[in-house]
Amino acid sequence: MATISAQTKGREEVAGWNPGQIWHPPTQGQCWFDKAFRRLSFAFAAFTILLIAWLVLEIAIKAVPAFREYGLGFLRGTTWDPNKAQYGILPEIWGTLYTSLLALIIGSAFGVAAAIFLSEGYLGEVVFKTLKVFNLHFKPVWRQLPERLELLLKNLIELLAAVPSVVYGLWGLFVVIPMIRPAANWLHAQFGWIPFFSTDLSGPGILPAVFVLSIMILPTITAISRDALVSVPPKLRMAAYGLGATRWETILGVLLPTASRGIFGGIVLGFGRALGETMALAMLVGNANRLTVSLFSPANTLAALLANSFPEAGPKEIPVLMYAALVLLAITLIVNIIGALVLERAATKGEPR
Amino acid sequence: MSNERDRLANEALEDPFAGVDFGELELSLYRPRTLFSVILSWLVAGMTFLALVPLFAVLWMLIWRGGQKLSLALFTQLPPAPLQQGGGFGNAILGTVIMVGIATLITVPLGIFTAVFLAQAKDSKLAGAVRFAAKVLTGFPSILAGVFVYGAVVLTTGGYSAIAGGIALAILMLPTIILTSENAISMVPAKIKEASIGMGATGAQTVWMVLLPTAMPGILTGVMLAVARAAGETAPLLFTALFSNYWLTTSNGVDLMRPTASLAVLIYNFSGMPFANQVELAWAAALVLVVIVLITNLIGQIFSRQQVQQ
Repeated sequence: MATISAQTKGREEVAGWNPGQIWHPPTQGQCWFDKAFRRLSFAFAAFTILLIAWLVLEIAIKAVPAFREYGLGFLRGTTWDPNKAQYGILPEIWGTLYTSLLALIIGSAFGVAAAIFLSEGYLGEVVFKTLKVFNLHFKPVWRQLPERLELLLKNLIELLAAVPSVVYGLWGLFVVIPMIRPAANWLHAQFGWIPFFSTDLSGPGILPAVFVLSIMILPTITAISRDALVSVPPKLRMAAYGLGATRWETILGVLLPTASRGIFGGIVLGFGRALGETMALAMLVGNANRLTVSLFSPANTLAALLANSFPEAGPKEIPVLMYAALVLLAITLIVNIIGALVLERAATKGEPR
Repeated sequence: MSNERDRLANEALEDPFAGVDFGELELSLYRPRTLFSVILSWLVAGMTFLALVPLFAVLWMLIWRGGQKLSLALFTQLPPAPLQQGGGFGNAILGTVIMVGIATLITVPLGIFTAVFLAQAKDSKLAGAVRFAAKVLTGFPSILAGVFVYGAVVLTTGGYSAIAGGIALAILMLPTIILTSENAISMVPAKIKEASIGMGATGAQTVWMVLLPTAMPGILTGVMLAVARAAGETAPLLFTALFSNYWLTTSNGVDLMRPTASLAVLIYNFSGMPFANQVELAWAAALVLVVIVLITNLIGQIFSRQQVQQ
């Protein structure tokens, strides 16, 4: 000990360097800060879980009076009449599932197509073919070009999700509905005997709502499916090409099955998003308490019901709306938990190595 | 026998591909499997560009219909009464900024501390549960955040307020901030962290002086994305902040406990009105809102470019 301190002292004298001021064991205050920091981050993390529990409990407790009064018959009732205190949300449950499912079909077809287009090197091919057509030599400057284009398209598709839903609602109200109305009414006149076309489109209705909803869930599906396709091991693709498979035999026979779990997870999460989407539906679906399969008829969804009724609800109607919110919460939580679980399993053991 | 073999060998030397039908190997569109592949490729390309049409259609309509109305008065005046001409949405812009600000003030400390916990106690059971909770919360319907805050805040404080709106937005921002910050913190190279611990820094010092500054661009990206999302949210504000035709300021300063206007709710309310002036204002407000959201997104993108890669 003595020698060391003597040595340090010597150096201190030589260089004017005082190690005692630069390093020292953590002071009392720093240890205390460390402890407080650890406790605080633990507490905040635990709060996130408590928050979900609190959310569910708060809505459930506020719904208890309505549950006592209407019981499970609430889920089967088809009238919504605050004046007679008769409430039932079967049309809303049906509307929520019907619009989400239709939007999911369109959204996942386009979403997965875009994911394939953006992950299979199509843009590289386009770039090289264009160069060939114009008889240009490949220069190193262009090496980044296909990747840049891919990134640009990917960001553009993600921008679709950045546009607020109320803006889509506005667009749907003043652009989409007038645009599709002639076609919808023609379909109704010609094929009115098909249940899907059994009413005419007089304004807001299921079809415009589904159209906008599918645009809104497409980016989710594309982003997750693309991640799943990109993470397929390259050797599988090489092996398929090596056996003489065409590009699409490879995609359909090897890539999609391998990435299927990730794609499925993305689709489930897109479904969850569609179920909970509020504004576009509140503006476009027509808020009619109707149980229908017609694409052109107005209908209602759980989220739209909440958005339209809550601001003007009286104290008697609030518990009923809380009950409806609880049903929506149950449906979306189940779908989202399934989606998150599927994706977690896809990430850990989905792909053979 | 040996003659036969010689003959075959000679034949092979003269024409090694004698038994091969070259037509079979050619990439020809007359072959169903090639044709199928090419058609599907075009289909996929077409669908991708078709998916982008709505984006440009929306932007075009916003610029065309909202741009006509754009003037300085929009940003300084109050919303007009029915049948009144002119007016603007200055209070709605201010309301959106204030409520998003409140939400940011709540979520940034909460989210970053949680993310630090997740990144440090990576494999603990609680961390797994929190991560899962955050993922589930990402897909949480925004209207239910409004319902929850209505029950928990509006009913207890006795009225619609900017604070209630801010809390509702905070619930929606929280998962984005937690997940992106955790990702950013775990991207910090392990050697930097180990060097700090090796020099005798406490855990808190390592996080505070090494991990967070290094991960800052990634964290800011997450914050910006969350802010952009919150600015456009309507559903949670409908019955927490409600709407107001007036400024938030009263004779004694800014009062956050009053109903507050926001751009998103203004668009929703005015789009359903039968008056041309209100509809025009809704389009102009939509243009302003989209510009705000896109700029915030863009700033997030710029931050994400500066992120440290492992």
